[in-house]
Amino acid sequence: MAVGALLVVLVAVMVAAVSIGAVNIPVGDVWGILLHHLTGRGTTGDPALDQIVWTFRAPRVALAALVGAGLAVAGAVLQTLVSNPLADPVVLGFSYGASLGAVLVITLGGAALGGLGVSGAAFVGALAAGALVFALGQRQGRLAPTRLVLAGVAVGYVLLSVTSFVQLLATPTELRTVMFWMLGSVAGAQWSQLPTVTVVVLTSTALLTLFGRRLNALLAGDESATALGVDVNRLRAVLLVISALLTGTVIAVAGGVGFVGLMIPHLVRLTVGADHRRLLPLSALLGAVYLVVVDLLSRTVNRPNELPLGILTALLGAPFFLWLLRRNKGLDTI
Amino acid sequence: MKLTVDQLHITLENKAILREVNLEAAGGDIVGLVGPNGSGKSTLLRTVYRSLRPADGVVRVGGDDVWELSARAAARRTAAVLQDAGTTTGLSVTEIVALGRTPHHGLLGRDGPEDREAVAEAVARCGVAPFAHRDYATLSGGERQRVLLARALAQRPRLLVLDELTNHLDIRARFELLHLIRSTGITTLAVLHDLDLAARLCDHLVVLHEGAVVAAGPVLEVLTPDLLRDVFGVRGDTERHADGVVRITYAAEPLDLDRETEPAER
Repeated sequence: MAVGALLVVLVAVMVAAVSIGAVNIPVGDVWGILLHHLTGRGTTGDPALDQIVWTFRAPRVALAALVGAGLAVAGAVLQTLVSNPLADPVVLGFSYGASLGAVLVITLGGAALGGLGVSGAAFVGALAAGALVFALGQRQGRLAPTRLVLAGVAVGYVLLSVTSFVQLLATPTELRTVMFWMLGSVAGAQWSQLPTVTVVVLTSTALLTLFGRRLNALLAGDESATALGVDVNRLRAVLLVISALLTGTVIAVAGGVGFVGLMIPHLVRLTVGADHRRLLPLSALLGAVYLVVVDLLSRTVNRPNELPLGILTALLGAPFFLWLLRRNKGLDTI
Repeated sequence: MKLTVDQLHITLENKAILREVNLEAAGGDIVGLVGPNGSGKSTLLRTVYRSLRPADGVVRVGGDDVWELSARAAARRTAAVLQDAGTTTGLSVTEIVALGRTPHHGLLGRDGPEDREAVAEAVARCGVAPFAHRDYATLSGGERQRVLLARALAQRPRLLVLDELTNHLDIRARFELLHLIRSTGITTLAVLHDLDLAARLCDHLVVLHEGAVVAAGPVLEVLTPDLLRDVFGVRGDTERHADGVVRITYAAEPLDLDRETEPAER
């Protein structure tokens, strides 16, 4: 029910985002052009408008939606897996691994990492950081929640200092690219990126939602979850790997967009509760809506210049989040 | 369902926690597990709800080694109410009770009529309906324990494992919980700190001391003045009163001051 409503909102927001920009295009024309390309029916009309809608704006809006969805789902799952409300891809070090990979390629060139592009290097960086945190977060062969978080924070700091050092070697132009990358942007979106990202985001979200009942059991504590028939260690290992792959994929194409993975899951919990079978699909949809809106603002508030996404995600989201937190007086444990 | 613990040894970090432990519970009996702090009670429970795998010895529930069963199959037989509270913020009371249905479903399982019936029955039996839609964090201690017991009953278990269920509860809440457990008729293994409560609730007692079973049997046979002195370090006596309840009377000077309070470091 709520899923259906948010789905309608998402489609509306996406169409609006495609129609608004340097040239405002009537929603009816946008529909016509999108339907023509998706179903082959109707006509494209003005070729210039067709290019703006189909080549430039549509892939960008679609990518923003996918990235928002992926980050929000990953954040929601990580918060439960390490039983820490502050957990997200940044805290667990994935984002800093991606940053280091990307910054190395931007400043030293692709040859520095065996010919990988910025996206490839970011993906490898995120997974390498994830693997390191995974290895350090174990105690006597079991993944320990607190240890995972602390390992993530420590690994993140080390990666950040190396990244900062590499930035000293960069030229001013490269530095601007680095900054946009580290704060996130979907300005460079292309249709060719979308199939992979779509498949990864949709399958991970579906798969993680199937584990929803077991994630709920994990909320009762590790020992109680075990007594409820959940193999806690295996669940944690499998879901951490899925979350790292999901995060790595979306950060690789959009950079280090912060705050979405942290805030959106809490927003959903505060409004519909913590049952993961609702939490995960709704986080995906709300994350998608949110990042589409943020991306629209990032390219319209300061025309003709664009802002990186990370600036607005927190600037817009934090006040609303704090307001919602104040309204919920009973939730002193969040 | 019958619980059999057979020649159990547990060693954690090179320290023997349990040694040659044997135990039986069956036929709807309530077996109390008592002993001083650090005697291995919680560790023994962990082996029963399949959280800790023994290197030596077997735990059988319904005749099967729990480690021969899958985690889910074991959890369909045994339910536990433990002390790890978790972070159940955001789940309503009904949702927490419904967690009891977890072992009855695979990844693709959806809630069916049987699940709703089991949850409704557990909610009614434990009397949690009046606060079924409240947030768990806002409940009193006694209410919380009733919710967790309802979660365990929603599992439809045939063995109940309880770890200090009545800790920190006022006297009325304690008796309510005892009454509730008795009324289920499910075979139960309960760790209890309070000996008076254990004497009142349990059909049999098993006394653990430094990882070994030092006494087992009917309450009156187990709680002797010698055992109270040797295991718990207090002077006292037990007798069955006319109302059938076994009561412990502690001496005017219950502390055995010749005894060291803590066992010497070995």
